[in-house]
Amino acid sequence: MTFALIENGFLSLISSAIPASTVVVLAALGCLVGERVGVLNLGQEGLIGIGGVYAVIAVVTWGVGSPWVALAIGMAAAGIAGLMFAVAVVVFRASQVLVGLALALGGIGLSNQLGTNRNGVQVRTQFSEFSLGGSLVDGGVREALFAHDPMVYVAYVLLPLTLWFILFRTRHGMNMRAVGENPAAADAVGVSVTWSRIGYSVLGAAISGAGGAYMVLSFTPTWSPDIARGRGWVALAVVIFAGWRPVRAVFGALLYGTMFSLGLTAQARGWGFLFNATDLAFFLSMLPFLVTLAAILLPAGAAKIGKRVRSTAAPAALAIPYSREER
Amino acid sequence: MIEPDHSYAVEARGISKYFGGVAALDGVDFKVHWGEVHALLGENGAGKTTLSNILAGIYRADSGEIAVDGLTHEVRTPAQAIEAGIGMVHQHFKLVETMTVAENVHLGWPDTPTLVSQRVLVDRTNHLMEEIGLHVDPTAKVWQLSVGEQQRVEILRVLARGAQILILDEPTAVLTSHEARDLFKVMRDLVSGGRTVIFISHKLNEVLEVSDQITVLRDGVHEVTRSAEGATPRELARLMTGEERTLEVEHREITGETVLQLEGVTASNDRGVVALSSVDLVARSGEILGIAGVSGNGQTELAEVISAMRRVDGGTITVDGEDVANGLVRKVTDLGVGHIPEDRIGVGIVGSASVKDNAVLRHYWTEGLSSGVTLFRQAVVDFATRLVEVARVQTRSITATAGQMSGGNQQRLVARREALLATRVLIAVHPTRGLDVLAAQEVQTAVIGQRDRGAAVLFISDDLDEVLLMSDRIAVMYEGRIMGIFDRVDADREAIGLMMGGHTLEEAMAK
Repeated sequence: MTFALIENGFLSLISSAIPASTVVVLAALGCLVGERVGVLNLGQEGLIGIGGVYAVIAVVTWGVGSPWVALAIGMAAAGIAGLMFAVAVVVFRASQVLVGLALALGGIGLSNQLGTNRNGVQVRTQFSEFSLGGSLVDGGVREALFAHDPMVYVAYVLLPLTLWFILFRTRHGMNMRAVGENPAAADAVGVSVTWSRIGYSVLGAAISGAGGAYMVLSFTPTWSPDIARGRGWVALAVVIFAGWRPVRAVFGALLYGTMFSLGLTAQARGWGFLFNATDLAFFLSMLPFLVTLAAILLPAGAAKIGKRVRSTAAPAALAIPYSREER
Repeated sequence: MIEPDHSYAVEARGISKYFGGVAALDGVDFKVHWGEVHALLGENGAGKTTLSNILAGIYRADSGEIAVDGLTHEVRTPAQAIEAGIGMVHQHFKLVETMTVAENVHLGWPDTPTLVSQRVLVDRTNHLMEEIGLHVDPTAKVWQLSVGEQQRVEILRVLARGAQILILDEPTAVLTSHEARDLFKVMRDLVSGGRTVIFISHKLNEVLEVSDQITVLRDGVHEVTRSAEGATPRELARLMTGEERTLEVEHREITGETVLQLEGVTASNDRGVVALSSVDLVARSGEILGIAGVSGNGQTELAEVISAMRRVDGGTITVDGEDVANGLVRKVTDLGVGHIPEDRIGVGIVGSASVKDNAVLRHYWTEGLSSGVTLFRQAVVDFATRLVEVARVQTRSITATAGQMSGGNQQRLVARREALLATRVLIAVHPTRGLDVLAAQEVQTAVIGQRDRGAAVLFISDDLDEVLLMSDRIAVMYEGRIMGIFDRVDADREAIGLMMGGHTLEEAMAK
């Protein structure tokens, strides 16, 4: 194998991993927004499904001609699901884990039901390629990094940087983090725990829904049942792996996307080393989940041997309902 | 003379508040003038904290109304309280541990710039600290600070917001007498500028020293409001408790064998900075060894290394000759070491578990309570019922969650549970902090009782009077070192005070 071939292979892997990971990036950032204010939404699978199916309905049934409008409709639908979740866990203080699981299962079921008549239907309104860089970079690199649709740049660059800036460089973000770390402290200085938690649960759900909408408006671009296929769960793990930091979450998600693509590429090209082609493909599609497991165990292992990793720890009040009068 | 309405900074009328059907406050009237330090006195459960939480918008009153400067105000949220000019420094700190001092000071504050960087926040915090005269490293994370430093951050935060009415819930409980003097000066400055300070304390001498007016609550009912002038501690104690008591501690010659021995113990604090440097200590059976020192000079770490909660970097720690350094907490417990930790709520109890479970939290595995696999339910219930009774913990039931009890009751539970465990060594870290006179005496009595049963007691407190009262011998700590050890009879208050401030034994004696 020559160097050029390896380089070529690497670039083509990156070029397919980036769109493949976009869903995970968006869902992870959606989770992260909620988790930073202390709300754990395990319903990512459901939110991706709901966002996806409503984007399909918008295009196929309602005849929406702009991918942006379809995206907004998918996000709004997921946002409404997020609002119902938020009311249950923030206002009625139901268990975030149980309601989240219900949302995961219910969301998958709902989207499959709504999508029944649209299985395999081509989604004709799509995001089109938005090329950056022009002639500055050569073919391979340009293909890999700068020849994607606009949502890719939003998910990989614009959104994480915006979130980072808001969380760590604004007064508002500082208050948000306080709500996730110690709601009683935030409350005592006049930050509304209830509204922060409801607001960012809805926003987070909408961002996760954007992941689903992106799948059908660009990545696949067709509707098929169980569209999330575990990406929502991986997104939840990515947030932990990333230590609740938006920019790190992007790299975490990309790692998983690369694993996904590796599986697909291996299958498509019939690679076979160590195993025969079929087994290797199976092994590779298992990889993202194995890596997830390893990534979560590593920090825990570090803590075990006495390294205190405070800065990458979960928001202290994550998944704990807050009530002012409880003492 | 009829006072015009606006002469009252705060006027609470007919305030009632119920927790689970129990009245914490029952039709309380509370009036505070502008420009005075008004002390709020009462035992645990008398309703002081509940009343201040209502004024600060943390709780809502079930009935009654609040007027600020003569105008009836809706104080239903902390934000509304801050807007009305009421700021509170809580007994249990409301700080975000993972954030820096500077960030905590600026949390939820409309004056905070919209865009914040650590540098901007640190600059602003330094400026505020200069102005107010309270100093803490603004870049430190709150979890790295001592309890005393954390409180300084709280006070700084409220003062920074320009609170007109400042409520201080047990503010001096965590301060050294020197720091308390500074605080009193700040309080006096505030009221001479026309503001009002509501000061909650159990230390009657402090109340008398700094207050203009005193209101006493007993069992959720307003007992009396009177001028501090001419009031005596004895009289106030009687009003609070309805009875009169003083504690007398008997000190005998110590003849017991060495139980606890530390040799050259070195350890780091959470920040990785040396907190203990080659500490040598010996505690014998039947003695109380007092550790005097300003909070944050290694006392917390000392308690933690002995109870195996913190690793030592060097040196040995033995209990009855057995090496316990870097061992298992459970093994140390089984050797008969009890530990009343500084942070009762974080370390001492599990707030979400029942009182019953908390009662057996530290020895549920022992014979009589469990078979090794399953708990003996009835035995646990019996034990918990007895403990609650002996410790005089006020709780609705032993199945109620421990977090619902007041701080004082949580403390009684922990103190008595640990005293029972401590057949050989009892480490008591600020065991009476935040307790009223009666409850403090109960805890002190429990500590003395354990000494008389032959335990070696390590009594850590930054209240020098308390250390002098309780201890048979006194060691002074400063910056992780033992500066000197006195026998009770030789203990010189002045010298100890100087050594707490970093003077050597020779320097202290020379002065």
